[in-house]
Amino acid sequence: MTDVAIIGASMTQFGEREGWVSDLLAEAALDCLDDTGVRAEALDHLYVSNMASGEFEGQTGVPNALAHDIGALGAYTQRVDQTSASGGAGIYAAWQSVASGASEMTLLVGGEKMTHRTTGETTDVIASLTHPHEYKHGVTLPSFAGLTARAYLDRYDAPREALAEVAVKNHHNGVDNPHAQFRKEIDRETALDSPLVADPLRLYDFCPITDGSAALLVCPVDVAREYTDTYVRVAGVAGATDTHVVHERRDPTTMDAVVKSGERAFEQAGITPDDVDVAELHDMFTILEFLQYEDLGFAEKGAAWEDTMDGVTARDGDLPVNTSGGLKSKGHPLGASGVAQGYEIYTQLAGEAGPRQVDADTGVACNVGGFGNCVTTTVFEVDG
Amino acid sequence: MSLDAGRCEDGHLSCPPHPRCPTCGEPQTETVELSDEPATVVTWTTSHATPPGVREPNTLAIVEFDSYDVRLLGQVTGEDIAVGDRVEPVYAEALREPDAGIREPASQSWDGYRFSPL
Repeated sequence: MTDVAIIGASMTQFGEREGWVSDLLAEAALDCLDDTGVRAEALDHLYVSNMASGEFEGQTGVPNALAHDIGALGAYTQRVDQTSASGGAGIYAAWQSVASGASEMTLLVGGEKMTHRTTGETTDVIASLTHPHEYKHGVTLPSFAGLTARAYLDRYDAPREALAEVAVKNHHNGVDNPHAQFRKEIDRETALDSPLVADPLRLYDFCPITDGSAALLVCPVDVAREYTDTYVRVAGVAGATDTHVVHERRDPTTMDAVVKSGERAFEQAGITPDDVDVAELHDMFTILEFLQYEDLGFAEKGAAWEDTMDGVTARDGDLPVNTSGGLKSKGHPLGASGVAQGYEIYTQLAGEAGPRQVDADTGVACNVGGFGNCVTTTVFEVDG
Repeated sequence: MSLDAGRCEDGHLSCPPHPRCPTCGEPQTETVELSDEPATVVTWTTSHATPPGVREPNTLAIVEFDSYDVRLLGQVTGEDIAVGDRVEPVYAEALREPDAGIREPASQSWDGYRFSPL
């Protein structure tokens, strides 16, 4: 297989944006191409990670729209929908296109336009990924998080404050991310006193509804050297699935698809969790940061909350988690989120993260779709 | 209406049933009726931000049946519930308004069983 490099990355401002999904996709795509000096007509493959442009705004066929808008006509295009993990699945698709030799220059763009809908409508679009037997009970992704958080706190005797600490940490990190939706410190009391959303989880345990887009430019390592010295290698990438019916899982506090995708990605990269210097985890809900931290092997089951309280996952800790601010503060435009995780790790490994820079040669992104239904984990490394 | 779990020849159960057993991949060859079976609450939540057509607040629980090794998620009849509480299924004609959400109403059933504390 061909060694795969990322030679450029971009993300738009996340938040409430004017413009529609095609506008946001084009903005990130052109920023990424312009930064690297690659012309659109050089693209062999163009992938668009997007969950629900048809449901949100009645616009389908977005890869074709993007190819036309940016001058990439003739490129092979494909939409990647893996719900909230569409971006991670897009990284897999982009890696596969280059590793296989099918493409010498692939652009991956993830994006979603959501904020024109009410919170109820948006929640329902996302909840439509659930099984009919759960959907009819009015289950939502936040309610799965509430069910899981109660089981976790109960089983591991973890204090409620530990979940609030995830929100405090990620908001703190987001202050230094110019693209983040929220750039505002919060304290633990604010999180603990915020309105109940899905008992025991409160408003500050949840990511916001967000518009935005992000892009990664991917090519063989040999080609990368023609463009830049600061490329980042995709050392491992793997996905896995779990049950569609969430209540059928034996242990509500373990996400088997995170475990499997992580093991496969680490094996492909030839590393162990101890080798990881920085991680972007899918904190759509604060509890998910604990589950992924443990299920990727960064800590034993039930120990993530202690590492968080001890500052291990803070920006100046041993394993900084969500230096971008995470979905919690950066925002969560569904199809963009996994690509934006890749943007953050690329930026950290390239040494371009400014005030949020950490010392890192190996980074991991874990992108979770559904409630752990489908997961992609990617290992990024500085070459040499 | 019935509340069926599927069972394969190896004895694994799932509710709802699937064409193949999620545990071992063998066909599920029989069903087990759970609508009269008591169960115990594994975890619960009360959702305060519900989608169109869903009651608010919406208290939900995942339960494990006492006599069968199978779990199920469902609405709770009240809001007063705790981990370890024992419950029984109670039939409801419509768990949410079929026409209010994004799902095609004809694509699935909308009646089902809530859990009522024993």
